[in-house]
Amino acid sequence: MIEKKVKIINNAGLHTRPAATIVKLAGKYKSEFFIHKDGYNINGKSIIGVMTIAAAKGSELTLTFDGTDEEEASKELLDYFQRGFDEL
Amino acid sequence: MNSKANTLLKGIAAASGITIGNAFIFSKEKEEISQESIENVSEAIKNLEDALALSKKELKKVFSLAMDKLGEKRASIFEAQMMILDDPVLIDNIKSRIKKEKKLPEYIVDDEISKYIQLMNDAHEMYMKERSLDIDDIKNRIIRNLKKKKWKSKISSDVIVVTTSISPSDTVLFTKANVKGYVTDFGGLTSHAAIVARSLNIPAVLGVNEATAIIKDGDILIVDGFHGEVIINPDEEKILLYKNKINELNLYDEKLFKLRNKPAETIDGKEINLSANLDLTKEIDLIFRNNPKGIGLVRTEQIFEEYEAFPDEDEQFEVYNSIAQKIYPENVTIRAFDIGGDKVLPVDLHEPNPFLGWRGIRLLLDNRNLFKSQIRAVLRASQNKNIKFMVPMITSMEEVIETKELIEQCKKELKKEKRSFDCNMHFGIMIEIPAAAILTSSFAREVDFISIGTNDLIQYLLAVDRGNEIVSKLYQEFHPSVIRTLTHIIREGKAYNCKVSLCGEMGGDPLAVPLLIGLGLEILSVSPSIVPLIKSIIRKIKYKDALLLADKCLTYSTEREIINELNLFYNSIIEN
Repeated sequence: MIEKKVKIINNAGLHTRPAATIVKLAGKYKSEFFIHKDGYNINGKSIIGVMTIAAAKGSELTLTFDGTDEEEASKELLDYFQRGFDEL
Repeated sequence: MNSKANTLLKGIAAASGITIGNAFIFSKEKEEISQESIENVSEAIKNLEDALALSKKELKKVFSLAMDKLGEKRASIFEAQMMILDDPVLIDNIKSRIKKEKKLPEYIVDDEISKYIQLMNDAHEMYMKERSLDIDDIKNRIIRNLKKKKWKSKISSDVIVVTTSISPSDTVLFTKANVKGYVTDFGGLTSHAAIVARSLNIPAVLGVNEATAIIKDGDILIVDGFHGEVIINPDEEKILLYKNKINELNLYDEKLFKLRNKPAETIDGKEINLSANLDLTKEIDLIFRNNPKGIGLVRTEQIFEEYEAFPDEDEQFEVYNSIAQKIYPENVTIRAFDIGGDKVLPVDLHEPNPFLGWRGIRLLLDNRNLFKSQIRAVLRASQNKNIKFMVPMITSMEEVIETKELIEQCKKELKKEKRSFDCNMHFGIMIEIPAAAILTSSFAREVDFISIGTNDLIQYLLAVDRGNEIVSKLYQEFHPSVIRTLTHIIREGKAYNCKVSLCGEMGGDPLAVPLLIGLGLEILSVSPSIVPLIKSIIRKIKYKDALLLADKCLTYSTEREIINELNLFYNSIIEN
């Protein structure tokens, strides 16, 4: 299992559009993907789940990946967070 | 019973514009959820899958319509709704609960999705509550399809829709019927419905508590989306008054229509952030008509003209909050009271030399309670994160540090009181005193942004009171020292990554605009009525020519040479 901490860096935060993209990216991989925030563990392949996360600019989340392709999955998703959801 | 003529209802001015038309009461019956038990599980699962497929088909239509009318960014909400219909976690949960609990799918769908809605409503952030409306929308769609009911979509054309609340998909579907306006019982400025109405230019007054109770189908309505007013069954006189207003707006629109949605960008692609100064005593309407990039300056001391006394924190909050909501999602920069000098002083005080006396930040720091009431009011209004706060008449670093400490103190208090605010609200200073201009690099490290107030800067730099007729001709906007001082401020600010803007009258002088851009200024705030003019000038300039113009002007030592150069430049761009 891979565990990574990420910070939300775009101004608008984790709004609907990036939420949709995250779920789409996660859906490409077999590995399980969870987002952890404030004691909630959200399945990152569930759009309705990800939409319940209130994460403004500056908030910190923990991502976990578990499965055969966890390396690739974590790389692509981490990169998307670090690019500020392409909104920088 | 019909409402009396000219009944006035008030709500939130969510999308600007004025419209007159007939009311159409749009009511969505709340679907009854049956908790009935079922025998045939596989039939229930099949029904669920059919309902999901049908919902997807409907949403695809809405999505493509939204892409068409609103563009990709705004349409993304419907894409997310479609994804919910495919959400593996949600759908698996619903299916396994149907199998286990043997209840009708409509009950399980309602119960399961409502859990997420509850989570969103529990969040403190305003936008999460709006987001929950979107989820509610998709939930109702699935349930309606499970019950095999048709959407009530028969809408007559050219009506004003009156409803309890509108979902984003309703808003999009209504555009097909050429809806003229919206009035709702609930809903705020950040709701998708409001944003959609704004981008489609449909006047909307939302959050009118008793709208659906008072307004009857077919009532004639005037919807004033500038002031958040709805007039029911207006008399002839009122109708004429508003028809004239509409005509005026149309004429104005025609002139500006070509520019309204175009960026303030030079021919070679340098984009300038062109915002508007808000005059509280005048109408806010013009600001929206001219579509600026937010409000660059709110002169809060003008509140005194309305209240004739110190407004308390709550009164101020009302004013700031309403401005921030109206301009959302753009930003607004609120300037602390600039009292003193030639401006309203609420105490009877005669200073021998008011311009060199007790004004701006000096007066504020001597009146902590007044200053704190303003800081607290501004912070409270910042909850949607679109407010910046700046202080006038800064001369020294101590004033900046003291102000920042006060802001921190207010934040702590508000936190204790469990009030929401933007804890990263940007803080800036006005540079309008030569001492501050010289110290730009020091300030730039302490604040988020700097705003140049040219009116005072010029009069302090040249030691000329422009209100004094004997010397007023010595007030030279293009005095070489003014140009060089501006250069210094802009360059030092940039060197420390501190945004520099200009909000004085100079920014609205067509002759000055090419020079300012050439000096590296990227943010201008001007009076709303001249936004289109300034935009049209920016769009005629080549950035690289402006740079050359600025370099040349910096070599001159008299105002006459500079004005000649600017005139030449201006005439050449006008001719082209």
